[in-house]
Amino acid sequence: MDSEHGSYRPQPDFGTPPSPGERAGAASVTVTIDGREIAVAPGTTVMRAAALSGGSIPKLCATDSVKQFGSCRLCLVEIDGMRGTPASCTTLVSEGMKVHTQTKKLEKLRRGVMELYISDHPLDCLTCSANNDCELQDQAAAVGLRDVRYGYEGANNLAQPMDISNPYFDFDPSKCIVCSRCVRACDEVQGTLALTIEGRGFDSKVSAGLASDSFLSSECVSCGACVQACPTATLQEKAVKEIGKPERATVTTCAYCGVGCTFRAETRGEEVVRMVPWKDGKANRGHSCVKGRFAWGYAQHQERILSPMIRSSIDEPWREVSWDEAIAHTASELKRISAKYGRNALGGITSSRCTNEETFLVQKLVRAGFGTNNVDTCARVCHSPTGYGLKTTFGTSAGTQDFDSVEDSDVILVIGANPTDGHPVFASRMKRRLRQGAKLIVIDPRRTDLVRSPHISADFHLPLRPGTNVAVLTALAHVIVTEGLADEAFVRERCDWEEYRHWADFVSLERNSPEFLEPVTGVPAADLRGAARLFATGGNGAIYYGLGVTEHSQGSSTVMAIANLAMATGNIGRRGVGVNPLRGQNNVQGACDMGSFPHELSGYRHVSDAGARALFEAEWGVRIDPEPGLRIPNMLDAATDGLFKAIYIQGEDILQSDPDTKHVAAGLAAMECVIVQDLFLNETANYAHVFLPGSTFLEKNGTFTNAERRIQPVRKVMEPKNGYEDWEITQLMARAMGLDWNYSHPREIMDEIARLTPTFAGVSFARLDAEGSLQWPVNDAAPDGSPIMHIDGFVRGKGKFVVTDYVPTDERTGPRFPLLLTTGRILSQYNVGAQTRRTANVIWHEEDLLEIHPTDAENRGIKSGDWVRLASRSGETTLRATVTDRVAPGVVYTTFHHPATQANVVTTDFSDWATNCPEYKVTAVQITPSNGPSDWQEEYEAQAARSRRIKGHEGAMEPAE
Amino acid sequence: MSAHTTEKLIYMANQIARNVTHEPDPVAMIADHIQAFWSPRMKADVFAVLDGPEGAALDPVARAALDRLAAHAT
Repeated sequence: MDSEHGSYRPQPDFGTPPSPGERAGAASVTVTIDGREIAVAPGTTVMRAAALSGGSIPKLCATDSVKQFGSCRLCLVEIDGMRGTPASCTTLVSEGMKVHTQTKKLEKLRRGVMELYISDHPLDCLTCSANNDCELQDQAAAVGLRDVRYGYEGANNLAQPMDISNPYFDFDPSKCIVCSRCVRACDEVQGTLALTIEGRGFDSKVSAGLASDSFLSSECVSCGACVQACPTATLQEKAVKEIGKPERATVTTCAYCGVGCTFRAETRGEEVVRMVPWKDGKANRGHSCVKGRFAWGYAQHQERILSPMIRSSIDEPWREVSWDEAIAHTASELKRISAKYGRNALGGITSSRCTNEETFLVQKLVRAGFGTNNVDTCARVCHSPTGYGLKTTFGTSAGTQDFDSVEDSDVILVIGANPTDGHPVFASRMKRRLRQGAKLIVIDPRRTDLVRSPHISADFHLPLRPGTNVAVLTALAHVIVTEGLADEAFVRERCDWEEYRHWADFVSLERNSPEFLEPVTGVPAADLRGAARLFATGGNGAIYYGLGVTEHSQGSSTVMAIANLAMATGNIGRRGVGVNPLRGQNNVQGACDMGSFPHELSGYRHVSDAGARALFEAEWGVRIDPEPGLRIPNMLDAATDGLFKAIYIQGEDILQSDPDTKHVAAGLAAMECVIVQDLFLNETANYAHVFLPGSTFLEKNGTFTNAERRIQPVRKVMEPKNGYEDWEITQLMARAMGLDWNYSHPREIMDEIARLTPTFAGVSFARLDAEGSLQWPVNDAAPDGSPIMHIDGFVRGKGKFVVTDYVPTDERTGPRFPLLLTTGRILSQYNVGAQTRRTANVIWHEEDLLEIHPTDAENRGIKSGDWVRLASRSGETTLRATVTDRVAPGVVYTTFHHPATQANVVTTDFSDWATNCPEYKVTAVQITPSNGPSDWQEEYEAQAARSRRIKGHEGAMEPAE
Repeated sequence: MSAHTTEKLIYMANQIARNVTHEPDPVAMIADHIQAFWSPRMKADVFAVLDGPEGAALDPVARAALDRLAAHAT
């Protein structure tokens, strides 16, 4: 692991991917390569065996991210007892094989091949952006090429125009050697199949789609797989061209979505040159998406705030102050408010974008410093039902599998998730399995990309009406139980049989049949029956879900209905199966694990648990309140009632991301001290009195925990521009409030977490450095962590079946609001967009658009590109429409990445019955033509501009005219 | 306490009740849920209106659960 950090060199390339045997740890075939004996797994190529034994056979078209291709003829070898000179990339090892990688014959052949390549390649190595980081250059050196006898006159492919349309990388066809690595990476790794080789022979060229397409206009999703696969400067990051070759590499974890890709941050000085996915990362296995790979420029964006600021009223401009003054002022305000209104008038929100250690400290400050359990986190508005539902049914508030598990799935059921946009790197891994033949069921109101994409077609797409998840899942269970497809042997062994019987009787009722529910769900009964039969009988069945499950008034019921389905079909406790929540933010799993909820201490122990409390009380030397605190929506309600007065918000933009914007604004406006710690003056900061500038993931040490419970290191690659890592700021506040905190490094915080949290008992920075990552629980029972849970039995003992009766949401359509609005995300933008809107990603998504079915559009006289008014009972906004049959008649859809859209002005305050997770996914609306932004939007813009004024910078903040 | 807030608390209690009708003991389930997840202030606020006109909007099962909790609280 240590060798992964420090001076820059490319990651080792073994030429061809590991065989399944090698990944399982086999090494049963002994071969001799240039006299070196090595034992490798069956199915290993000679090229890989040579690399594993410390050698390096010349190669150009082979790289270990894609399957061997055998086109460049550079990797030829001689093997005793075999005729000719086989290509080492396509020849598999056999017992006793003796390989010679360097002979006079091979030298001559390789030089001849290389001579042909170089005769049609520019000789501008010294000024080439890939200079000294180019495989063609390396191989020319390796084969000892000294002369090109053909000359450089005559027909060639030099001086072709470059394609610079992509904002992050260039395509320079003059430097292309047509090895097809980019095309294969796009096919095999990303699964978009955007690239192709057009023409034949000497005229062969890499092309992004049609001849008329540029990279930008093509199907390319800018994941970077082709750039990484390219052995020359043909596909290369613009930043390398601008800055130069990196000098150092540091392995760290991406701060975008819950997939948790690991990257090598390749730097020169304190400047990031590029982020390259780390091949050894167990979440991403060397792949990336446009956000993690390229969209990190926000870290250096000019709008980043670097000085602390305070103001006594939100009508005043901000005043920049020293850290000392800001911290002293904040502590004195908190103490004043606590003395005047009581400790329960204070609270905090932890950030699922910050590290585990930072999150742990914020909740510790609230519980131990403020003396209240009023702490919550953004999981309230995304996956709190996952925590509730999976804890109730299985006993653990987390997904059951690792991502590798999908490689063994036979039937994949995706409900309420759009992984190709929301979790793109995992989606690529899922798509690879689907191309291998796994079956696919998609339950989603919208025809997501996964339903139909190159070489993938869902066996069943059930386009349900938004808000009817529970009805559809119960109908699936109805078919499985009444047709005798349940795995009763599994249920008898692992689950409470009486509870199962009670549940089975319920789902078997006629009113839960697909035929009876068809008018409610809009799903044809025959399709639903087909999907149920496929899931129950198709082999390993895995369920993946997202916020389309949780963000409903029955979000928790839906999670439990999913768990019921997995248990009833015996799909728990081994590879290829399971219940897999696709978590939104990089560290939302971690934020939940770290005790960010008002009712739970770290490791999901209820505050009423005297034993758990005693541990914390002994370590912290304070009393912990045994009663739960307020959740975010309850804090806002209490604020409007005048009972909640101060809030510390780290890395969270509740004004933009939480439902019913007007209510959030009223709650914030009613508080006396709103403390926002963030990178930018976000929307919530419009109502803040203290702004503490935060640091980016590139500027701190710590850990993130992804959707597979994988704890991964975050490593500092540059000093924080704002002066402090976020945990240090929380510590400054704690000390100013009289707490004796003395952490000198996040590793000490993790040690405290491990002491206090049984599921983290075996976690330490030293182990994470040594092993790369660990999946909790890591303790005496599972010393190496837990890739898959509930293997021999459920954590809670017996799996619990819970009857989930369909209760329609109170958000109903009617004559005034006849359409249902549902919301989602797009690949290039991330959540509220605070980061991605400050990168070149805006080129793909400049504004939020409203998707509307052609019939509904025609009835209203709306065309694509028109401004429309989107109104609900809560409020209204305007945006542009796009007419598409991806949504069913009666359903409209939009994203929420841009603050100007203010989609949450429209969403209501209905929420999940068990967790108060807001019902973002169902809002009754009306759409009418409009001329432009609504009064609210204009008022909001004006208020936002006013509240962002900074004393001394007024001129600089004015828009240029 | 604003009418808006107590109205919301009553709505929440009713919503829980509607979702646990098939539990073996819905009253205990609702009481446990509210005890585990509501802050003391939220509980006190809803107890305060149980016998008033706002409390009349409570589902009988939710009401039984809140009565049980209120009895324990005093």
